[in-house]
Amino acid sequence: MPATWIFLLLMAMATVGYFAAQARAIASAGGDGRKLHSLPSYYGVNTALAAAVPALALLAIWMVAQPIVLNGVVSADLPPEIATDSGRRSLALADVRRVADGLDLAVAEGAITAQEADNIGSDIAAVRDGLAAVGVVLGSGVDETTLQVAQRYRDLSGTGNILRLIAVLLVGFGSAAIAYRMTHRDFRARNYVETAILMVLIAAACVAILTTLGIVLSLIFNTVDFLGRYPIQDFLFGTRWEPSFSGRGGQSDLGFLPLIWGTLYISIIALLVAVPIGLFAAIYLSEYATKAVRSIAKPLLEVLAGIPTIVYGLFALLTVGPLLLEAFGSRGWLGLGWMSGGTAAMTAGLVMGIMLIPFVSSLSDDIINSVPQAMRDGSLGLGATHSETIRQVILPAALPGIVGAILLAASRAIGETMIVVLGAGAAASLSMNPFEAMTTVTAKIVSQLTGDGEFNSPETLVAFALGITLFIITLGLNVLALYIVRKYREQYE
Amino acid sequence: MSDAAIPVSKPKGKSLLEVDTRTRKRNAAEKRFQAYGIAAISVGLLFLVALLWAIVQNGIPAFTQTFVNLEVELVEEKLDPNGNRDPADIKKVSTFGYNPLIKEALIAKTADIPTEVEEGDLTKILSASAAAIVRDYVIENPDEIGNTVTFRLLTSSRVDGYLKGRVQREDLARDKNLDAAHLDLIDVMVEAGSVERVFNWDFITGADASESRPEQAGIGVSMIGSFFMMLVVLFLALPIGVAASIYLEEFAPQNKFTDLIEVNISNLAAVPSIVFGILGLAVFIQFAHLPQSAPIVGGLTLTLMTLPTIVISTRASLKAVPPSIRDAALGVGASKMQSVFHHVLPLAMPGILTGTIIGLAQALGETAPLLLIGMVGFIASNYPDGVAAGFLDPNSAMPAQIYEWAKRADPAYYERAWGGIIVLLLFLLTMNIIAIILRRRFERRW
Repeated sequence: MPATWIFLLLMAMATVGYFAAQARAIASAGGDGRKLHSLPSYYGVNTALAAAVPALALLAIWMVAQPIVLNGVVSADLPPEIATDSGRRSLALADVRRVADGLDLAVAEGAITAQEADNIGSDIAAVRDGLAAVGVVLGSGVDETTLQVAQRYRDLSGTGNILRLIAVLLVGFGSAAIAYRMTHRDFRARNYVETAILMVLIAAACVAILTTLGIVLSLIFNTVDFLGRYPIQDFLFGTRWEPSFSGRGGQSDLGFLPLIWGTLYISIIALLVAVPIGLFAAIYLSEYATKAVRSIAKPLLEVLAGIPTIVYGLFALLTVGPLLLEAFGSRGWLGLGWMSGGTAAMTAGLVMGIMLIPFVSSLSDDIINSVPQAMRDGSLGLGATHSETIRQVILPAALPGIVGAILLAASRAIGETMIVVLGAGAAASLSMNPFEAMTTVTAKIVSQLTGDGEFNSPETLVAFALGITLFIITLGLNVLALYIVRKYREQYE
Repeated sequence: MSDAAIPVSKPKGKSLLEVDTRTRKRNAAEKRFQAYGIAAISVGLLFLVALLWAIVQNGIPAFTQTFVNLEVELVEEKLDPNGNRDPADIKKVSTFGYNPLIKEALIAKTADIPTEVEEGDLTKILSASAAAIVRDYVIENPDEIGNTVTFRLLTSSRVDGYLKGRVQREDLARDKNLDAAHLDLIDVMVEAGSVERVFNWDFITGADASESRPEQAGIGVSMIGSFFMMLVVLFLALPIGVAASIYLEEFAPQNKFTDLIEVNISNLAAVPSIVFGILGLAVFIQFAHLPQSAPIVGGLTLTLMTLPTIVISTRASLKAVPPSIRDAALGVGASKMQSVFHHVLPLAMPGILTGTIIGLAQALGETAPLLLIGMVGFIASNYPDGVAAGFLDPNSAMPAQIYEWAKRADPAYYERAWGGIIVLLLFLLTMNIIAIILRRRFERRW
């Protein structure tokens, strides 16, 4: 029985439990709801939860565990030379699973009967055609062992599914029965229900921890796998990035330096654009602008932050790139010949700078506004002009916050993907020329992981190593920024 | 005090009414400083205007398309040799069987026009999809065989580009798909009204097309993909985010565990989106074996990415509900849980919804994680059949589709990418406006 049906069955059981328990509670109070400890609905909910929650948990665990256990069992049936090699084993098991699932699907779709599927034996060609009819395409030819193992897999998973049905229903019914029997007018149903709700709330809060854990673990496991296939010193200190996907395996140069160079170079260009503009805009908006100007200009600037990055990427590729090429290209009107293609570090950096302007300006704006008015009054009272007050009193006071804002902007710039994928080019180079194509960590993560790569070559796994460096750098910048902001903020409060 | 120290008569400096050089300098510096500020804001707004102008300028043409009105004679001997109108027989005729009919129709159409174009090259002005359109029509309406039917057929992307000013005659010198003579022909046909540029609904509702047929591509199917992804995000991120916020804001004790959760949430908010893509790839595809390119995987990945945004805004709106509400509820005998769910949460709901809509808008425009879980490189050519297929079948999403078009390095596809951006931005604008209206209408100052 498929899991959906078990789920629906449990839901039905929970509904029945709800009404039964509610009726029992009211009956135990002699029909007078005021004599109950909790509202009648709490008794119902308590039983319904008892029917559904433990059984669903068991179902979920079972669904995760069964394939793992089955894989372990059937790998014993594989030929020893395959079973010992982890890469070949996982490929063979994937094949087995595909054949087994395909057969089940074919039965479900009515292309073959269940009996035919069980008796296919060694008629391999028939399997292939039968599966193709329901849209399951097998990569390589199905050999006899695979078919046998697949049949055994189906056998075992059929048994497993029956066991699952029995176990889940038993657990659901058992705990519902216990909850039902406990239902009595003095039973503190509300406390139980509220504890259950609290558990749900805690579980939801833990999703954040699980996400972080998921990120860290998936990065670490695959990075360790990568470092097993590629020497760490070549990765960290290599100056060439030339991955090869074309069967020349082992020939790839996967040096990290050109990528981090491109990342930092582009980020610095972006910050050189964003910081002065953002900072001066923030100063003007918070210190000089009239209310009317502020109420128009501030939201308009913030529109820049709400535009998706793909839009900036396209803007870089199709508008800014050609424009820069017209000015700095070999046939450009400046006649400098610095630029040979529209995609360059400058293109990406400039556009990324535009994207970061609102980021810098609204953070700085908040920080400048939080400097106490008394400091302005003091400085102005001593005869300083407005701009002198800003430069010599307000900015020094707001400096930690502004540095924090710039660090946050830097972390955004380093983690930005779409603008560099579209605007910066693909060639990894350690060049000083900002008009040359460069590439970044994020762009290479995309190019190494896009497509149907299996996760077993250094060329794909390197993306996880790049990911972990990116994660560490951005996390470090954020923590540093928050630390600076927190440490110095209290001075004026 | 001695009298000698005080100069009585002559003031040392100049008159107060006369500005000295130092003051003048300081005032000039003041003016300059203000000018820098104005310049910075102007530059920022200029960038905004340039961006919007580029989008509108380049994207608007994608919403119109050039069509030819062509009277095609559906010759019976060719389309239904047996003459019994059996759909199975009709389906046996492939699009190659239709090409000669279309060619004949074009020759007839241009018979009166003096042109240098060879008869065999005439079909180059039409899209490669023309035969398929005629074939689909004939399969739908077998009774029309033998009649002459007027079709509205797509022109090729270059003809379309010519009418939109994207393709110039000079560009065609090295182009083997179209000659300048074709364009002269088009000019005459436009005069005659048989070639026209009309609003292109197919761009908004249609499916993606292969690389050589930009004139046929539309964003509709990927819109559906985005829609299903947003459903996943809404139904997962909103409950989880609200539950997490309620716990942290109302129940969590001050301890290490709570600190850990809070630090995690604030850090996740700053993790680059591409890292969430890696997470989605490793956990949902590599580990859990969910189907690649499926909206459900995209939705799950975007859910994890949106959660911190929703948690942060939800906590802010829970915090804005004054403690007196809670105290009043507790005072009349409600439990802590009842006070939160019956009183605090409903009052915080407008703020929560506003934050959720903004989080959804952010997720809708996000591209980078989708690249890693395989939502590009896939030609979204069919609408999903049914809701389950909508979640599980491979599809694209709007931003991924735009990226895909941008990669195809064809001006006709660039135009569509800009057009797609207009559609995407309209969705984002609508969502933000709804959020603003919600906030304006329901926000309460305590």
